[in-house]
Amino acid sequence: MSTRLATGGRLINKSNTVKFRFNGKHMHGYEGDTLASALLANDQMLVGRSFKYHRPRGIVAAGPEEPNALVNLGSEGKFEPNARVTTTELFDGLRAESQNHWPSLEFDVGAINKHLSRFLPAGFYYKMFIHPRPLWKHVYEPIIRHSAGLGRAPKTRDEDTYEHFYAFCDVLVVGGGVAGLEAARAAALSGARVIVLEQTAHWGGRTPVDGGEIDGAPAQTWIDATLAQLAGMQNVTLRTRTMGAGVYDHGYVLGYEQLTDHDPDKPGPRHRLWRIRAGHVITATGAIERPLSFAGNDIPGVMLAAAVRDYVVNFGVSVGDRTVVVTNNDDAYHTAFALKHAGLDVPAILDARDIKQDSEVMTQARALGIRVMMGHAISSVKGGKRVTGVTVCAQAGEGAVLEEISCDAVAMSGGWSPVVHLWSHCGGKLIWDEVNACFSPDPDRPPKGADGGQFVSTAGAASGSFQLDDALNDAFAAADGTLRCLGMKLPREAKAAKGSRREEAPMAPVWLMPQGASVKLREKAWLDYQNDVKVSDVRLAAQEGFVSVEHAKRYTTLGMATDQGKLSNINGLATLANALGEAIPNVGTTTFRPPYHPISMASIGGEARDAVFQPIRRTPMHDWHDANGAEWEPVGQWRRPYAYRRGGESTHDAVSNEVKNTRENMGLLDASTLGKLIVKGPDAGKFLDMLYTNMMSTLKIGKCRYGLMCNDNGFLIDDGVVARIDEDTWLCHTTTGGAESIHAHMEEWLQTEWWDWKVYVANVTEQFAQIAVVGPNARKALEKLGGMDVSKEALGFMEWADGEIGGFKCRVYRISFSGELSYEIAVNASVGLAFWEALMAVGEDLGLRPYGTEALHILRAEKGFIMIGDETDGTVIPQDLNLHWALSKKKEDYLGKRAHLRSHMADPNRWKLVGLETVDGAVLPDGAYAVGTGKNDNGQRNMIGRVTSSYYSPTLDKGIAMGLVHNGPDRMGEVLEFPGTDGVTYSARIVDPVFYDKEGEKQNV
Amino acid sequence: MSDPVSALKNATYVADIAEIKEVGPVGMITLRGDLASKPVQKACMTAAGLKIPQQRHCFTQDGNSIAWMSPDEVLIICAYDDVAAMLGKLNNALKGSHALAANVSDARAVFDVSGPSAREVMAKLAPVDLDPSQFTAGMFRRTRIAQVPAAFWMPQEDMFRVICFRSVAQYVFDVLGVAAQPGSEVGVFRR
Repeated sequence: MSTRLATGGRLINKSNTVKFRFNGKHMHGYEGDTLASALLANDQMLVGRSFKYHRPRGIVAAGPEEPNALVNLGSEGKFEPNARVTTTELFDGLRAESQNHWPSLEFDVGAINKHLSRFLPAGFYYKMFIHPRPLWKHVYEPIIRHSAGLGRAPKTRDEDTYEHFYAFCDVLVVGGGVAGLEAARAAALSGARVIVLEQTAHWGGRTPVDGGEIDGAPAQTWIDATLAQLAGMQNVTLRTRTMGAGVYDHGYVLGYEQLTDHDPDKPGPRHRLWRIRAGHVITATGAIERPLSFAGNDIPGVMLAAAVRDYVVNFGVSVGDRTVVVTNNDDAYHTAFALKHAGLDVPAILDARDIKQDSEVMTQARALGIRVMMGHAISSVKGGKRVTGVTVCAQAGEGAVLEEISCDAVAMSGGWSPVVHLWSHCGGKLIWDEVNACFSPDPDRPPKGADGGQFVSTAGAASGSFQLDDALNDAFAAADGTLRCLGMKLPREAKAAKGSRREEAPMAPVWLMPQGASVKLREKAWLDYQNDVKVSDVRLAAQEGFVSVEHAKRYTTLGMATDQGKLSNINGLATLANALGEAIPNVGTTTFRPPYHPISMASIGGEARDAVFQPIRRTPMHDWHDANGAEWEPVGQWRRPYAYRRGGESTHDAVSNEVKNTRENMGLLDASTLGKLIVKGPDAGKFLDMLYTNMMSTLKIGKCRYGLMCNDNGFLIDDGVVARIDEDTWLCHTTTGGAESIHAHMEEWLQTEWWDWKVYVANVTEQFAQIAVVGPNARKALEKLGGMDVSKEALGFMEWADGEIGGFKCRVYRISFSGELSYEIAVNASVGLAFWEALMAVGEDLGLRPYGTEALHILRAEKGFIMIGDETDGTVIPQDLNLHWALSKKKEDYLGKRAHLRSHMADPNRWKLVGLETVDGAVLPDGAYAVGTGKNDNGQRNMIGRVTSSYYSPTLDKGIAMGLVHNGPDRMGEVLEFPGTDGVTYSARIVDPVFYDKEGEKQNV
Repeated sequence: MSDPVSALKNATYVADIAEIKEVGPVGMITLRGDLASKPVQKACMTAAGLKIPQQRHCFTQDGNSIAWMSPDEVLIICAYDDVAAMLGKLNNALKGSHALAANVSDARAVFDVSGPSAREVMAKLAPVDLDPSQFTAGMFRRTRIAQVPAAFWMPQEDMFRVICFRSVAQYVFDVLGVAAQPGSEVGVFRR
């Protein structure tokens, strides 16, 4: 059984007991424990069930590579699924629940799958669920969905907060082990700005556990001194609990800082996402130990050798009283020594290698009385929910059992793989290291930046330098090289720290144990613990033709679980290589993608939630609208009143009443959101003639003209009223959504194409509050407020004037988008609300009622005015909308003119704008299609037109619509069929799109 | 005519690690023109007593400031009531040269973010290197605050003056408040 030892545990504080619960069971650990060490200390070997076969699973590792021990953490607003117990720091009151079991962890019905494993081979889902097709949606998909995923999805809103932080440095060191610290120290000596990120709460990495000396002193002494030195340097930033998650182009790196996960009651954000721009990145990310593939290697109690050592040394926790060590290298012997040192039993070291001469560790092991069995392997592990023993065989054979050793833990080591993820994210290549049987970063093919220079280097074990002295030398060299890349220099007196060296026998690659394991054994030899991929599955994939490692991965799901194959990757592709008879480097690796280890979705969102989820743009009158019954409509990021409900009015009634009232009395519209661009310069007229399809240079000062804008492909992109202000100044109104994009459109043409034209543009949209005063009483209201002359004679239709109304300085445009007598009045935004209120007050006796965007739409539709975004959708040209009159024939060129000559644009078969009126007065569904005769190639009914906007017209008391119809204008009076999605087919007659006041008399009074 | 009202009526929020205050109304004139040309330089001097700032700087003299916005744009900042007169002088001085000057005072909102952690609050929202060795009083950045365009400079140490569009004043005020929440000190900027 696993338990807490009486002594040991360099990271725990035994004077501070911490209480927690696992599956409702009360347990306790100590301050400094991880959830993993605390669970083991409470003899909780079984921590989860595997994904496919629901096999019992225990903790395998001690770091982020852990594939098995994922739990649901916390509850309600603090709930988090798939938390790794090995990276979760213990805190008082922690509540964890194991995942993927039913009804309980101890007794799981799903485990029956393991007896069916013969029928659930690789690619099972692909093979099984394809036919018959109709079963997919209602039978197969629900079953697969039910069994998918490990953790539960959160149901309550996250009560924590998150944030981003932008940081900049010359050198970013990822990893705070001895190599990272040495690289940071060296780089910082040059004066470079250095940031060091360490994913755990502790500095020094594995070295304090693994031992060794640096500069003649115990490693911990050097670590402490170096940390103190770095902390004292102004150019160095040190962060623990911050993982380097991903390396991106241009030296952009994401760091994931966990601020309160270890102390949830602490105020402040839970996670902080560091968005770092680094001149150069040094990845000192260490290495991960590989499991060995033998039968039963997933039974709880089978653990990585280094993890067993970590639990003893760091946390004073023993995984078992009797631990069999199985290895292909010398490093695992240190686990045996650590266990012995803690007073625990190591009945045997099974060393798969065939080495005649004992190495230092072998001699030492024998001296400690440990039975070292060279050339031996595990045939299979005994036990169900925990290890009870192992059967031993010769590595060279097929698994014939030589003897059985009873034990309660197995420490396995298949060698070490450098953590190459961050090196690989931006294209760093790998080479196969024959000596250590691992992929290492290829220094000759590094990730390169925009300037073609290297921008990522590796240091220490991440480079494949596993010996302490090599690692420190490598780190120092990485710093040196990095500084050269940056055009900086190490001080002449700087020297590398000197590490000690162990004399070791070479490791031997072992990809299957025993070498000739039978099918029966291979079916129990796990490669990917989380996704239940076995040696036999990868072999089957190879046999079925999945020769590419990327295909085999997807077919078998190897490495596709939340651990992203940190343990399984190399073993899996070595297995694939063997099955294919290829060399491992020829098979290659799958792609390493960020993040290195899962980061919270919320950290990516950062502060963007609740009130600041996204910016909401408000006009100066926003609060008034809000207080006066406005129902809001999002228009881009603006909020505009859709309608103002009064008393008990329904929204529909409010809209109808607003329309009628505006036609009969007077309405007010907040038009502040419309874009306002000043275009000025000697070439401004020429410029606007190019941008608009009609002529703007000839517009007289004091006059307004409606204009259309096309892009260079001829499609309509915007419309609005242009006013000539003075000799070389125009003011262009754009649509609400077009203010920024048309401004950018103008700047683009000015900066890239007509860079020598003398034109400046300024976006003054928000400088003004603009209010449309609309309806028969509009003039009366303005006259009552007093100030400037707004009579027909002084200010005619399509004219503007500066002046003062009611004491407000303003610019008045006599333009109408409703067909009524209408003034659009611009005042400074800072007095917008005051002016609005003055108008409301004066209009009280004149039947004034404000109206919203829906009434605006109906008013314009009754007049047959088009709306950008309704009648246009990016594929519509002015000719489609019968706007030929706005296409200048005098101008030699304008944007879109040439495009309109293309055969498709000039095609007489293009659908054209018409009015539509249902025969029974009903409202046509917006977007409905008119159907013709016959069917198209896909067996669908042929379509001959569609509705572009459709409303109930209160003025006419019937449905009105506009639409684009094939040969529409030539088919006046014809009735078309529009099948709706509601099962009803609507019949509508083609009519003139101007439904109201065809002569335009009402606006011109 | 009514008194001008800034977007948030000079709202203040004393957050845990910084103070956020709307400052308004503030006079602002955008001037587009060839910044290297004599008439533009002379106009700025005549109208506001200001010389053209260096790239990414804001130059202040006698209460007026001028900020570098782009290779052909500066922003003149002055008392709200001085704008009309200053704009008149600018246009007068620029007569005959190609330039565009416009009053944008009401198109903007202005905030002061102050306190010992002000740098950190800003660095959570703006992708700008705010290390004390890199960003000092008098420097100016045209950038973004979280999801909206913004510009800022430091009139003095530990105080940022932030300009954004008027329509998003509430958003900027709120998001600065979130970034200044209790317990969110980062502790990286050392002087």
